[in-house]
Amino acid sequence: MKEDKPITVRHMHAGQSGKVVEILGGTHLFNRLNSLGIRPGKRITKVSSMFLRGPVTVRVDRSQVAIGHGMAGKIVVDVEEKKP
Amino acid sequence: MRRILLMGNPNVGKSAFFSRLTGTKVIASNYPGTTVGFTKGSLMLGEEQVEVIDVPGTYTLEPTSKAEEVASRLLQTGDVVINVLDATNMERNLYLTLELLERDIPVIVALNIWDETKHRGIEINTARLEELLGVPVVPTVALTGEGMKELANRIPEAASPEMTERTRDERWAAVGSIINEVQTLSHRHHTWLERLQDASLKPLTGLPIAVMVLAVSFVIIRSIGEGLIGYVMEPLFDRLWTPVMMELSELLGSEGFWHDVLIGNLFDGAVDYSQSMGVLTTGLFIPLGAVLPYILAFYLVLGVLEDVGYLPRLAVLLDNLMHRIGLHGYAIIPTMLGLGCCVPAIMATRILESRRERLITATLISIAIPCAASQAMIIGLVGEQGVQYLAMVYGTLFMVWLVLGFVLNRTVRGFSPEILIEIPPYRIPHWRAMLQKLWMRVYGFLREALPIILLAILVVSILISLGVFDKIAEVTAPVVSGIFGLPEAAVVAIVVGLLRKDIAIGLLAPLALSADQLVVGSVVLTMFFPCIAAFVVLARELGFRGLLMAIGVMIAATIVVGGLLNVVLL
Repeated sequence: MKEDKPITVRHMHAGQSGKVVEILGGTHLFNRLNSLGIRPGKRITKVSSMFLRGPVTVRVDRSQVAIGHGMAGKIVVDVEEKKP
Repeated sequence: MRRILLMGNPNVGKSAFFSRLTGTKVIASNYPGTTVGFTKGSLMLGEEQVEVIDVPGTYTLEPTSKAEEVASRLLQTGDVVINVLDATNMERNLYLTLELLERDIPVIVALNIWDETKHRGIEINTARLEELLGVPVVPTVALTGEGMKELANRIPEAASPEMTERTRDERWAAVGSIINEVQTLSHRHHTWLERLQDASLKPLTGLPIAVMVLAVSFVIIRSIGEGLIGYVMEPLFDRLWTPVMMELSELLGSEGFWHDVLIGNLFDGAVDYSQSMGVLTTGLFIPLGAVLPYILAFYLVLGVLEDVGYLPRLAVLLDNLMHRIGLHGYAIIPTMLGLGCCVPAIMATRILESRRERLITATLISIAIPCAASQAMIIGLVGEQGVQYLAMVYGTLFMVWLVLGFVLNRTVRGFSPEILIEIPPYRIPHWRAMLQKLWMRVYGFLREALPIILLAILVVSILISLGVFDKIAEVTAPVVSGIFGLPEAAVVAIVVGLLRKDIAIGLLAPLALSADQLVVGSVVLTMFFPCIAAFVVLARELGFRGLLMAIGVMIAATIVVGGLLNVVLL
């Protein structure tokens, strides 16, 4: 299936990568994500998510960041197509 | 005196760096936020003595959290900054570096964790980085001490290059272009450590791993603890100390005030270390013979979990559950520390963002989490009756933790923010650093707990011989025997629990309680009132109102739970 629409980190599958397009929400959230290396233009890869609306883990550069379910719904990503 | 600030992102090894630089011993672990206050030390630079401050980790100088506020306030007071960077994570780390360079303060950069760059396929041109930044750059490995001499030698070269203030986007752009010039990444295969890293975060593999890690930890702690007690401490006391005590007992004429205080009661003409209650018998045996082995075992295992970097993963896995009780997953770290001792645990609640979370976590720790000293005594006393009784004690406390957390979440105002944490990579612990940390913690126990334990025993034996406890027992009988179903004499244990819980639980031994009564007694003693040390730190961290609330909850919960257990069991 082709996914060309930007989606949020919450909806990515584990193992999918993409470029951050924008962060919905206030400057506070923007700054905090920024300092952890998550900002528009960065490529991130989703590592896993816990069930029952648990936190989502993404890899950015060489580090991993765990993000609450709500915040993960505010990070919009342009998903790369998976190589077959 | 000139003042050097150690600054950098969280978890780049500033604390290990600080220990190396100053010789001051501080606790370092592999998770962000180990240092919550700030620590001072000093260093000889040539002839001059300078002050070194280990500043809490910060991502930026625009304060977004409590630790960052502390960091940016401290910056105003320093003369030189040593900016510690994680060499394996330069891009994110350099942002703070650029912010520091814009300020009017000399900076020197340490590229720490340098040893890991090689096998992670990262190559850094330090000479070029030095040119671009305009300040000295020194690769270091704080854990082993590599590069630390050179760094200290080059501190006088620290510079504050002319730089205009930039906007955030300009800074990130500058970081990007620096990285492009100085860093080359080569592709390499995932190591087994990295595979394990991902596996422990995915729910399907992570939860079984978590259960296994915790179960294995428990078994190791118990085996080391019981092994040390059974094969080392008890034989030592029996063969070396008992003859000395018997000599002394004869010398004192086998009775009288001093005999009672120093040796205590003899059972069948012999010392019984768990029941004699003399300062030199039970007073020494409880801390050294019964509790120390467990302290050692617990902190050994905790140290491994900390330095490997497992705890933040546990925080992510448990985040869901923890949110139901008003906390986010990161609260599991102070809670785990609480299984060792309440004092560092309550201090560690500062890694949590909101006051509400700190209040709930600290209250829950002080009520439902038994410290290693109490656990050693509980395992010794209740475990003798059978594992099922031990399970009842732990099960009850766990339920209390859950239910109380749920209730507090509903009643304490405000909301708890979502989790947002960096998860450090797994690292193979450095054995010297680990042993050093273990020693610091064990020594801390001996220094702080030993005098209080001896004092507690002293007070108890004097009060018993004066008959004071009989009076107290009369007054409190309705609660102690009416609600908890314990003999009146158990009130002695409850009162002593204000000083030390391990001694208090030990005081249940001579009462000849039934197994069920022991369960009730252990639970009540664990929950009721923090020991004096925990009380002081609770007051300091929560303030007067927070403390009052915690104690109110504590008394109410103890009476309810103790009463319920009495109804169910006895």
